[in-house]
Amino acid sequence: MTEIKLTVNGVARSDEVEPRLLLIHYLRESLGLRAANVGCDTTSCGACTVLLDGESVKSCTVLAVQANGRSVTTAEGLVAEDGTMSAVQQAFRENHGLQCGFCTPGMVMASTSLLAENPHPTEQEVREGLEGNFCRCTGYHNIVRAVLAAAGKLSGDSATAGTEVTA
Amino acid sequence: MIPASFDYEVADSAADALALLAEHGEDAKLLAGGHSLLPMMKVRLAQPALLIDIARVPELSGIAIDGDEVVIGATTRHADLAASDLLKAEVPILAYAAAQVGDPQIRHRGTIGGSLAHADPSADLPVTLLALGGSVEITGLSGVRVVGADDFFVGPFESVLSPDELLSAVRVPRGGSVPWGYQKFVRRANDWAIVGVAAYDGRVALASMGGTPLRASATEEALKSGASIEEAAGLAAEGTSPGYDFHADVDYRQHLARVLTRRALQGKAG
Repeated sequence: MTEIKLTVNGVARSDEVEPRLLLIHYLRESLGLRAANVGCDTTSCGACTVLLDGESVKSCTVLAVQANGRSVTTAEGLVAEDGTMSAVQQAFRENHGLQCGFCTPGMVMASTSLLAENPHPTEQEVREGLEGNFCRCTGYHNIVRAVLAAAGKLSGDSATAGTEVTA
Repeated sequence: MIPASFDYEVADSAADALALLAEHGEDAKLLAGGHSLLPMMKVRLAQPALLIDIARVPELSGIAIDGDEVVIGATTRHADLAASDLLKAEVPILAYAAAQVGDPQIRHRGTIGGSLAHADPSADLPVTLLALGGSVEITGLSGVRVVGADDFFVGPFESVLSPDELLSAVRVPRGGSVPWGYQKFVRRANDWAIVGVAAYDGRVALASMGGTPLRASATEEALKSGASIEEAAGLAAEGTSPGYDFHADVDYRQHLARVLTRRALQGKAG
């Protein structure tokens, strides 16, 4: 067993883990944070996406020990204490950026990372920025709308919000 | 899928990693981003007894100019290559190729040293290093040796690295104004290339056209003797024996090699 100390959604954690424990299983099974899903389990679908020091990663392909000393954020951690959702989460809701919801936590985390790196993405940049996340329901259009709307809200530019997306 | 059990050590320095490798031999594997190794361990294609984590060794990361070359630490991530202003100015083909690896999440973890050591003949960075005529620094207990890209890859997922050695850095020529092109043909986002072509200064390298990334030698020779891009690109598949799968058969891969080589030589990136 190996000792890890990390911050998860702002809370300091200390645990003894097997080196082979995957970050996704640490989050879901050890901490009970069930937002991130196991989808393909092969670094393809993005359902397990979380933020590691603010950057999107696929937690099915990260060992919990690799997160030692670092900060992990899941979709639960985007919600304020009073229950207010983040701008990205709110935009997914308002733009119907989900149907079954399985990919949604990963989509939200990938989008959050994308907007941190590129606050004013074009539609094409959003599509390319989400190429690591699969959605089998929506056809992606409303997801792209949601991310562009969130970008507009975050930059205080109401003109960008509700941008027409080519279908 | 859960990997088989292993022990885990964090290396504080390259010397520390080498000492652990010397002690544990073939039972140990180096871990940086883990984006080639961990998927193999999850399906038990790899079952190392010990992982030596080199991701926290400061001396193994970073991008710097050294004379006529740019030197890149082995644990420098794809995302850092793609975002590097220095690399975009000095070696734009490498910054571009790094941005084509996988997807954003993968680029936040995967490293240049890991990708080259993994030696996947369909991957972006091996074919790019070959086109650049770059080299790798390999550190062992007895010192550092520099191996050119032409000699580094010896077979599918196989390089000249010994189990007790560490790929510590990558060297590529500076050439901000040298003509280059990069073509990657995929059917699905974030796939490996069905065929890939990197062209740099008259050197042409092919991905997914054999067991290693390959030089398109007939094309290069034709260019040297004054052939047009179209004529030279028509020779791109000469001497290749690509594999076949549900994406493409041999003839189609060879066709793609010719078409993509033409586009790469025309300076197109896509």
